Amino acid sequence: MNKLILTTASLALFASMAAAGSHSVTRLGTEGAYPPWNFINDSGEVDGFERELGDQLCERAGLTCEWVTNEWDSIIPNLVSGNYDVIIAGMSITDEREEVIDFSENYTQPDPSAYLAASPDVDPANAVIAAQASTIQAAFIAEKGWTLLEFATPEETIAAVRNGEADAVLADKSYLAPVAEEDSGLVMLEQEELIGGGVGLGLRESDGELKAKFDAVISEMKCDGSLNALIEKWEIGEAFPDC
Amino acid sequence: MFSYCTDPETLSGLSWLSCYLTTGKHMSFYWSFGTVLLLLAITAPAALLFGFGGASAARSRIAPVCWLGKGYIAVVRGVPDIAFFLFFVIALDQGFEYLRHQWMCPDWDQPIRQGNDFIVCAQAKLPLSTSPQIWHEIYGFFLAVLTFAIVFGAFAANVLYGAMRAVPQPQLETAAAYGMTPRQTFWRILVPQMWVYALPGLGNLWMVLIKATPLLFLLGVEDIVYWARELGGTKTARFTDYPHGDWRMWYFGALLIFYLLFTRVSEIFLDRTMKKLTHGQATMGGEAQRKAAA
Repeated sequence: MNKLILTTASLALFASMAAAGSHSVTRLGTEGAYPPWNFINDSGEVDGFERELGDQLCERAGLTCEWVTNEWDSIIPNLVSGNYDVIIAGMSITDEREEVIDFSENYTQPDPSAYLAASPDVDPANAVIAAQASTIQAAFIAEKGWTLLEFATPEETIAAVRNGEADAVLADKSYLAPVAEEDSGLVMLEQEELIGGGVGLGLRESDGELKAKFDAVISEMKCDGSLNALIEKWEIGEAFPDC
Repeated sequence: MFSYCTDPETLSGLSWLSCYLTTGKHMSFYWSFGTVLLLLAITAPAALLFGFGGASAARSRIAPVCWLGKGYIAVVRGVPDIAFFLFFVIALDQGFEYLRHQWMCPDWDQPIRQGNDFIVCAQAKLPLSTSPQIWHEIYGFFLAVLTFAIVFGAFAANVLYGAMRAVPQPQLETAAAYGMTPRQTFWRILVPQMWVYALPGLGNLWMVLIKATPLLFLLGVEDIVYWARELGGTKTARFTDYPHGDWRMWYFGALLIFYLLFTRVSEIFLDRTMKKLTHGQATMGGEAQRKAAA
């Protein structure tokens, strides 16, 4: 016990020393495994649509931001316990999540979810469908009562289709499109599902001030066309109408 | 890294591979081996300390101390590791922040738990949200070490407790007959002799600890398993200069070899230590050594 107190004390001391003289930092949490939304590039840094978007939002809002990666599974618990301040990880706005955290204004249009399958004649209702755990897609399949196979990472859902464990994977179309393009063994089904209400930043419910800041700059980027330019560049789906 | 790496698409064979294996992302992968070794280097003595404390407490003649030691051993050994690992990171973190909050912000009037949110005053955050990312990583690593030490400490405590009881009773009685106090008997007679009985169990524990390091990943530390999975995953040409298929098998194969080599080296080292400790002991091994020398 003594040791515990001692280490805590010394750590606290170190942490305060390290912090002395620096200014306020907003920490952005992302998954880093969902291209083109967010991924780790060759040099080991967070990259993608949300990286560029987040950097621009922070600059416009006058915030100093820092990027943090976190497992998808525990991304909400770590936000509410304060390990970072914002989730920016392609998280769709849903009522269920709204009960736990707050969302900023959406920064993408609802992106249809698509099926990527090993053969074009898979019928999702009678097939094994892979989806990432705790996503709107997994919830959708569970609700339909179809056979669902959940995985911790997006990568594993696609690997499951490649090795025949699942017949198809349901995910955001923008994520599946580049995969289908390069892999001739996989095809997109024509059937698509319109689920989710667009993607927004996740924030703590008690963090109204930060939410207001981000809402303001997101609206600003929607109107001056810079958000649409990013959406087009990273092929994230439909652009926002002019305002 | 190398000058010819600027345009990887034109490369092939070994030169491609040399560029591929030296990307910034791979460097993070190599560094993470260091993280794992550092974790082991700190955790092993820390767990041994927890274990020694637990075992000594369990042997204590003062009832509450004895209950504490025995309770610690029983509870931690009985609960699944993974539950501890998931629980401790958030619980320890919030516990530290709560204590700091009470100490640093006594006139804070808002509740700490607001709905789902855990809110302490800004000065009590650990590490402060203004501190650079490296401090957050060090703090995460520290929580991981502490969690590992608590969990493996309980097993070590059980091993040491057994080893203390395995030291022949006449040794302790002789010490008492020479007029040594219980404290002197403990430190001069019991502790030096118990290691030979503890080592097989501790060696086992060390092997399990090595194999448990991938749990780091659960604790949010980017360890070798995280990077192997990340690097091995399929990479499409749009998002990388080095597109490739599903190479996870190769990366995990490399981890397999790493762990096998590491445990083998540990085994050799443990065998040697055992030989040393056995020397002159009243055990079967010690007797065999004596006869061989004679």
